[in-house]
Amino acid sequence: MSNKPNTYSAVAEVAYKRVRRSRLQRVKLGLSKAPPTAWFGMIVIFLYIFCALFAPLLAPYGEAEIFPEPFAPWSSEFIFGTDQIGRDILSRMIYGARNTVSIAVATTALAFLIGGSLGLAAAINMSWLDQFLSRLVDVLMAIPSLIFALVLLSIFGSTVTNLILIIAVLDSTRVFRLTRAVSLNVVVMDYVEAARLRGEGLGWIMRREILPNILPPLIAEFGLRFCFVFLTIAALSFLGVGIQPPTADWGSMVRENASLIMFAQYDLKAGLTPLLPAAAIALLTVAVNFVVDWFLHKTSGLRDEQ
Amino acid sequence: MSNKKTTKNQSLLEIKDLKIEGFSDEFWHPIIKGINVKLQRGEVMGLIGESGAGKSTLGLAAMGYTQPGCRITGGSISFDGQELIGMPEHKKRKLWGTRITYVAQSAAASFNPAHRLINQATAAKIRAKISDEKSAKEDARELFKTLQLPEHNTIGDRYPHQVSGGQLQRVMTAMAMSPRPDLIIFDEPTTALDVTTQVEVLAAMKDIVKEFNTAAIYITHDLAVVAQMADFIKVLRYGEEVEQANTRIMLDTPEKEYTKSLWSVRSINKKEEKSDDIVLSLKNIDASYGGGIKVLDDVSINVSRGKTLAVVGESGSGKSTAARVITGLLPQQNGQILFNNIELPKTLRGRSKDQKRQIQMIYQMADTAMNPKQTVGEIIGRPLEFYLNLNANEKEKRTIELLELIELDETFIDRLPSELSGGQKQRICIARAIAADPEVIICDEVTSALDQIVQEGILKLLMKLQKELGITYIFITHDISTVKAISDEVVVMFQGKVVEQGLKSQIFSPPHPKYTELLLSSVPEMDPDWLSNLISSRN
Repeated sequence: MSNKPNTYSAVAEVAYKRVRRSRLQRVKLGLSKAPPTAWFGMIVIFLYIFCALFAPLLAPYGEAEIFPEPFAPWSSEFIFGTDQIGRDILSRMIYGARNTVSIAVATTALAFLIGGSLGLAAAINMSWLDQFLSRLVDVLMAIPSLIFALVLLSIFGSTVTNLILIIAVLDSTRVFRLTRAVSLNVVVMDYVEAARLRGEGLGWIMRREILPNILPPLIAEFGLRFCFVFLTIAALSFLGVGIQPPTADWGSMVRENASLIMFAQYDLKAGLTPLLPAAAIALLTVAVNFVVDWFLHKTSGLRDEQ
Repeated sequence: MSNKKTTKNQSLLEIKDLKIEGFSDEFWHPIIKGINVKLQRGEVMGLIGESGAGKSTLGLAAMGYTQPGCRITGGSISFDGQELIGMPEHKKRKLWGTRITYVAQSAAASFNPAHRLINQATAAKIRAKISDEKSAKEDARELFKTLQLPEHNTIGDRYPHQVSGGQLQRVMTAMAMSPRPDLIIFDEPTTALDVTTQVEVLAAMKDIVKEFNTAAIYITHDLAVVAQMADFIKVLRYGEEVEQANTRIMLDTPEKEYTKSLWSVRSINKKEEKSDDIVLSLKNIDASYGGGIKVLDDVSINVSRGKTLAVVGESGSGKSTAARVITGLLPQQNGQILFNNIELPKTLRGRSKDQKRQIQMIYQMADTAMNPKQTVGEIIGRPLEFYLNLNANEKEKRTIELLELIELDETFIDRLPSELSGGQKQRICIARAIAADPEVIICDEVTSALDQIVQEGILKLLMKLQKELGITYIFITHDISTVKAISDEVVVMFQGKVVEQGLKSQIFSPPHPKYTELLLSSVPEMDPDWLSNLISSRN
């Protein structure tokens, strides 16, 4: 360390400068260190997205194409057989990826938009707005959400828009609480006070000062919330108020073919049929959770370069 | 009790050619590069140097301990004839807390908030079965008395949050003393305290070390403090020993250039200038948080244009609250603030953009004053764009000018705050404040978290900027030597009231009001006899 000057100089003060890496390099570095579970999760999610995007090309038959034989057994013509009115199960499962996943993504995104922005605003404002929103959220959360969603869907009708709006609003309560809680730790920082003193508006403080600092827990929550939304939609569809026929959807497919499970003692394959869409739901949920776990593990550590 | 087998010729602690490395950025970097220490029973060694010099690492190594991410790569540490390097953990644990004890910098962060003080102070002793619970507590109460803690018989039954910071630091010293150790390591034990409290804690520690003939290592960056405590001083820099000498010799005739530069830090002395041009004036301000107790009570302060006004007082005196009222963060209940003879609206919301621009603020903790996700360029660039509407090119040009003004260069523009040292961070905060081209800058304890040598750099920079740009500073601090160094005028505050205001020379020359007298006499001086003289004169 002979290059250290003997007198004091501000530029020469000891500080540790990280290696500069481009975004692509950082992504590559991150991926190269991902555990096998995360890889599994990412591959599964990728396959689902692929199915959703290219459903018309991948599916052997149309989404609502009806064939003469209902409850057909597994065969080379209908790989997983047909359902109660003679539609090809495999085709409907591939289309189901498109419908169910896209509705779940849209709902989660909307829930984050509502809950996230209100949570940030409440944390920054800290007065009547915070009180009002927090109590409102308490009231909403006091009502069991599945039953509440059932009631609202019966009142307003089961259209896709209503489904997205209602579940998004109900789920935004949890996003609100998380965002508010993590923002409160950041709001007390001097740099937020400095921005306020400068005269910055609410929007700037929300987007530029606070949001970048609370992003990791929010992204992780997005993954988890997506799973819950997905399951809620499937449950609602199973109960008959979710996605309506003839649109293919995994939740309603389980319900429509549920009676087949009783035939498992005669034909094992027929008994498995209603479990296929359920397995599709389960697999995606597990895959998303694996990826979220890895992400949380990565961001919870303070060092991101090791 | 402990088996004191040491013969007279053998040192209590002997560290030979110690080397320690720390892990960062995928490599091992040397932190301590071959240091020797010899400490006899009853001796106090002062360890000084700036941050990153390896003081704390060496202090911990004297216990045979290294922080996670560090490893000892060479040398030997021998305590009372036993080699600590390579000693099994369970044997070391028998020494720790009984024969070697440690007093940490932040007592508030080191106590468990869920247990009563006396239980924590006696835990190590009881665990080591040195004495039973009853006599250990009896002894702890005696120590509390020696350390001049109030209500020494019952204070131990309180929880950490029920006593003040200075009291907590003394309880921690009592905890360290309670097993009558052979060696105590003090790691900056008074840095977080007010000067008036610091004196009491120092006096108590000095007495107790003498009384029990304990050896101690005293780590600090405050030279005046180490002058009171240590028998000899070791100066460290970059993990190497610069020099070591008896305290008196070291203070009078330091040999090395670096040591001399450390000693000269307190030599800045700005010539005071008088001015009648008032830029900002507080008139009869009352303020409180949530309508409770008055934190500011009838406070009137005048600030002269282009000059430095120092506001001094200990914690709780209302000096930071005054800053919050001036900036509009805390609307006052009574009184008015005049800026260039125009009344400022009470709330931040009511003030115009230009009024906000005119008063800027620099914070104590530069770490939390900068968004960790924004680069230096963004941090300094924002006020330029926000107040002065500069476009991208002008902004970058001005940012580089500002960086040069604060003695950094354009290579810093894409760094994140985590890639800056403490002094550099504070410089960036200064640049952000001057970027707005303000009339007044409020500096809230801006140097108190920094090493002396870095402090000096920051103070010189602030004075240079004042000369060049004619900025007015309101300098809030509890450090009297800083006040002496840079102020023109001084306001002394105590319990929300202004004790006195006047030119520096008036405030620092007698006769003083009672509180000012106490405050001024508590500032440590670079004289090894200062503390003993002060204590005897106060008694």
